[in-house]
Amino acid sequence: MKWLGIALIAAAFLLPPFLAGDFYINLASQILIAAIFALSLNLLVGFGGMTSLGHASYLGVAAYISALLTSRYGFGHGAAALISIGGTVAMAALFGVIALRATGLGFLMITLALSQVLWGLAYRMSDITNGDNGVSGLTRPAPFGISLENPVAFYWFVLIVAVIAFATMAIFVSSAFGSSLQGVRDQPRRMAALGFNPWMIRWITFVYAGFWAGISGLLYVYYNKYIHPTSLSTTSSAEALLGVIAGGSGTLGGPVVGAALVLLLKNYVSAYVERWNMLLGLVFLFIVLVMPAGIVPGVTRLIANLGRRSR
Amino acid sequence: MQFWIIQGLNSLSLGGLLFLLSSGFSLIFGLMRLANLTHGAFFMLGTYFGATALRAWDGLNLWITALGAGLVVAAIGGLFERLVLTRLRGNTLGQVLVTLGMSFIIADGCLVLWGGDSIPVPTPQSLQAPTRLFGFVFPTYRLVLVGCAVVAAVALYYLLERTRLGAMIRAGVDDRQMARAVGIPVSNLFTIVFCLGAGIAGAGGVLGGPILSAYPGLDADMLPLALIVVILGGIGSLLGAFIGSFIIGFIYTFGSALFPELSYIILFLPMILVLAFRPQGLFGRVVT
Repeated sequence: MKWLGIALIAAAFLLPPFLAGDFYINLASQILIAAIFALSLNLLVGFGGMTSLGHASYLGVAAYISALLTSRYGFGHGAAALISIGGTVAMAALFGVIALRATGLGFLMITLALSQVLWGLAYRMSDITNGDNGVSGLTRPAPFGISLENPVAFYWFVLIVAVIAFATMAIFVSSAFGSSLQGVRDQPRRMAALGFNPWMIRWITFVYAGFWAGISGLLYVYYNKYIHPTSLSTTSSAEALLGVIAGGSGTLGGPVVGAALVLLLKNYVSAYVERWNMLLGLVFLFIVLVMPAGIVPGVTRLIANLGRRSR
Repeated sequence: MQFWIIQGLNSLSLGGLLFLLSSGFSLIFGLMRLANLTHGAFFMLGTYFGATALRAWDGLNLWITALGAGLVVAAIGGLFERLVLTRLRGNTLGQVLVTLGMSFIIADGCLVLWGGDSIPVPTPQSLQAPTRLFGFVFPTYRLVLVGCAVVAAVALYYLLERTRLGAMIRAGVDDRQMARAVGIPVSNLFTIVFCLGAGIAGAGGVLGGPILSAYPGLDADMLPLALIVVILGGIGSLLGAFIGSFIIGFIYTFGSALFPELSYIILFLPMILVLAFRPQGLFGRVVT
């Protein structure tokens, strides 16, 4: 049963390039990018108990650094990617020191304030970031001489990164360190009494989550070949958080499912109505009031109940 | 010299506006342990109501408009608290997410109703003439705004420290369960405080209108300032919100005037300093 499930999931990710048209392949790439981003946020929200409302900062900053370096300053993609990830991780390290002075709601408010400040900077520092016009005319990299301009090639590239991301994050949370992280989430004082350093565990997780958010930001800017301050906005952070919570925070599959749902909703709904923000707000209300544990835990429980009944 | 004095006054008036915004936020947080992310949207809603009313009826009194808009926003806040937030008692994360969702709904609703262009709010005619003091010329309205904030601060102080309702609120802030045990209707207090906070934000939105004008994104501009104010002043402290508002008012105004591109980074500094040396904020208590 379990192996059948894994085979089905693998097929769902491996088959699109052979069956679907460019539109759906691009959609699948976007879903994978959103999934990496949501998984990184889930490390904080689900496993660390640190609800961040500023996670888009890392995606946006990585994307902006890469975009500006390649388009303005003539850097190659490899160097730009390294600098952008390095810069993002350094920023996460700094922001982590600031935000982790508080926990709970204080943490949430500080991350929100920090990300709003970055969003404001992206808008106002228009000689560097080009302000509301965004940075356009970007290119995709060509690793090992394979151009990623073609949707199928890009999908394979994103899929490889996504599998690595999923695997390393799965190892991260199931490792001894991951257990201590969950211990700190549930019983910080007890963990401190046992000799762990809760602050350090939280901070390392914060930086690690920033790293993967930066990777998803690179993929994001490669996909869109364009970056705009909206990517840094609260809406962008909130979409990812909605994905994590809708799918089921603290599970590995949940954020992937949630991110896919949010993205599909956004794509299909914006084809008919322009009111995405209002819908996002309504979905937030719906999920929190009706399905607080998220879809994946909810469905898992449903299946478990059915299995018990049929026996 | 004129530059410094005018910018000083601008700082004071921005500080006044920030106090109207952050006092309610702080009050709600203190009692309900709820980070109300709808607060910026309540402020913006007030500004739009004020803009619409003042442009529709020529010569409408600004104070009556502010009162009216405050009442309407308070009613909206009260409904939201009763219908949604009460269902999520004890679920802190859920409450925050719901207020965030609500802020998206209100912001997008404003965009639908009032469109994407910014709507200027007229300054009342009686306050348009500049005031001359000590040989300097001041825009009268900004002086009045500072006065409003001081009046609001005194009124709130009186309400909290000298009335029965205030005593019940303070009891609820200090020990919610004990307050409930001695018969204080804490649940009703939550609604009252939420309405009050939303109402002050709404009225503040109207009063801020002539300076800021109503535009989409006003909520996203104001909310982080309010967050920084309360982080700086101490969450749940009225005095902290008051002092913090004026500190941020000064830093933001002078920052924008002297280093326009860096004004947002300069906002970081007081917050980082306070968090480094006094994480509970200047006037905050350690929440257990």
